Amino acid sequence: MTIRLAHYLRMNHMPHMWCPGSGIGIIVKGILTAFDELSINKNDLAFISGIGCTSRAPGYLDMYTLHTTHGRALSFATGVKFSRPDKNVVVISGDGDSTAIGGNHLIHACRRNIDITMIIVNNNIYGMTGGQYSPTTPTGAKAATSPWGNADHPFDVSALCKAAGATYVARAHVGSGVQLQRLIKGGLEHKGFAVIEVLSNCHTQYGRRNRLADPIDLINDVAKKTVNVRQAVKMSEEELEGKYVVGLIHKDESRKEYCEAYDEVIKRATASR
Amino acid sequence: MDKNKNIERKVVFWPGNIIVAEAAIAAGCRFFGGYPITPSSEIAHVMSKRLPEVKGKFIQMEDEIAAMGAVIGASLTGMKAMTATSGPGFSLKQENIGYACMIEAPCVVVNVMRGGPSTGLPTAIGQSDIMQARWGTHGDRPVIALTPAYSDEVYSETIRAFNLAEKFRTPVFLLIDEVLGHLSERLEIPDPSEYELIERPRPTVKPEDYNPYDPSFGDVPPIADYFSGYRYHTTGLNHDMTGFPTTSQELGQSEQERMIRKVMSKVDEFESYEEYMTEDADILIVTFGSTARAAMVAVSDARAAGIKAGLFRPITLWPFPEDKLRELSKNIKGIVVPEANLGQLIYEIQRVAHCDAPIVGVNKVGGVPIYPNEILVKIKELV
Repeated sequence: MTIRLAHYLRMNHMPHMWCPGSGIGIIVKGILTAFDELSINKNDLAFISGIGCTSRAPGYLDMYTLHTTHGRALSFATGVKFSRPDKNVVVISGDGDSTAIGGNHLIHACRRNIDITMIIVNNNIYGMTGGQYSPTTPTGAKAATSPWGNADHPFDVSALCKAAGATYVARAHVGSGVQLQRLIKGGLEHKGFAVIEVLSNCHTQYGRRNRLADPIDLINDVAKKTVNVRQAVKMSEEELEGKYVVGLIHKDESRKEYCEAYDEVIKRATASR
Repeated sequence: MDKNKNIERKVVFWPGNIIVAEAAIAAGCRFFGGYPITPSSEIAHVMSKRLPEVKGKFIQMEDEIAAMGAVIGASLTGMKAMTATSGPGFSLKQENIGYACMIEAPCVVVNVMRGGPSTGLPTAIGQSDIMQARWGTHGDRPVIALTPAYSDEVYSETIRAFNLAEKFRTPVFLLIDEVLGHLSERLEIPDPSEYELIERPRPTVKPEDYNPYDPSFGDVPPIADYFSGYRYHTTGLNHDMTGFPTTSQELGQSEQERMIRKVMSKVDEFESYEEYMTEDADILIVTFGSTARAAMVAVSDARAAGIKAGLFRPITLWPFPEDKLRELSKNIKGIVVPEANLGQLIYEIQRVAHCDAPIVGVNKVGGVPIYPNEILVKIKELV
């Protein structure tokens, strides 16, 4: 089957601005493949981002694309989706954008269970602003603002989203494009708030400072730290230390989606008139 | 608003905050994104009850910033959308307000002003956000701010706020204060036949020919609703007419100039103010909102004492009706500027007024309104 990538791309805006070797391209390909496999009409699709390298993705996609303010993509997306529950709303956001400045919107979108698919590109660094440490930078890692090693402790983004109430949580990595695409597709099909955390590589800002300047080396390093969810259940906590569990981490189809819950509010309000 | 004497109007006794909410629904507002904050919360209370009754959407977001973001998102789908807040929340919203200006998304932001700075006086009057309204977000952009003073005006100005937002593709501020928000007054609700409702310009060209900032349609280019077949890109970055980012100095300059010109070139069409006994006035009082009600009394009291005082009350506070003030200030012996802050509007008066006469403020903060007598004392000092 031929995947119609160009159908969803604004080819006249190529070449893109990402570094050669950046994982964002692999992730965008995964997203577009999932769109095509699900035959999503680009006239029914809003693609929304915040600020950062990842958040530049909407500019290259031929749909309703909204490049918003830093960290706030989910709030705009909530306004779009709540206004038009019949349409598809997808958010893409980096680790700094979604878990630092946008952390409050992330946990509340999870709690609200609004039918938005959220792709978090986690490359452990603020890339666009020059390589500062983010809420997912590993302890001890070097960044532009941690030249002596990061004193901070990172978030487990998927665990955070699951705990906050997201009803679909998956983690993938850029070394496995097929799994990535499959998990994004699952998120798009899910009715409710779906998070797909994708472990990615920023060799330019993160790798260069941490002896992994070659993109292939960094992608391999990311892949090496992952454990599939099926293997992970057989492993002890000690064995899982420093590992990232990948695959479908959590799915709950029992909870009501927000817009559907509000439809019932409208029913009650109009019945009482 | 044309008041037709033959129309039977519903008479209510409502506080300003409820009037804002009901007028917004009458104006066609179908989306409210909010966050609890005193003294504006009653607007959210009414919207949460009334919007689902008209199949609209109410959402209480996780913070003020998110409320503003949700409103802009809703606006892009074609909804008339609003939020309401007060000083601290208005500060938090400023970045996204600038974004709405930059992408030219119509929306209405109500600020029920309270005492500041910081947490200040949540339950008492302040008029200290007028410069925040003018300059609060970073960068240059047009500002429309309306400051009604009476219950019927709160109703009509709320409707006008939506109309101006739609007409100019820009956020519009409705600035009231705690006193107006909580003061219940008699109101005759206007019949829908008594006012006009304006819709944003929408594209009629073929989708492939559509550009969201196309200057060939004038300074307010048509804006397509999301999912209406016109796929386009929106960014807060400097952009060209296609909506895509540009680093061209010329385009950055021309687009920002257009954004300001679209409002400033049409000021005559929506400038509004009230004059009271200004024809022969020696002393001119300039104020707005609820403080203007005390000023009306002060003018009458001054006249009774043989002093020719008059009141100039901008209703469209921004852009400031400067031509009119310049004209009024030509043969004046003094200007008094009462405001429930430590001196904000007075800077604009000093900039605009065409006179060597003294310009003095009556400034009161701490949560108690300015009394007529406090204005009268200043008038007498000037004579």
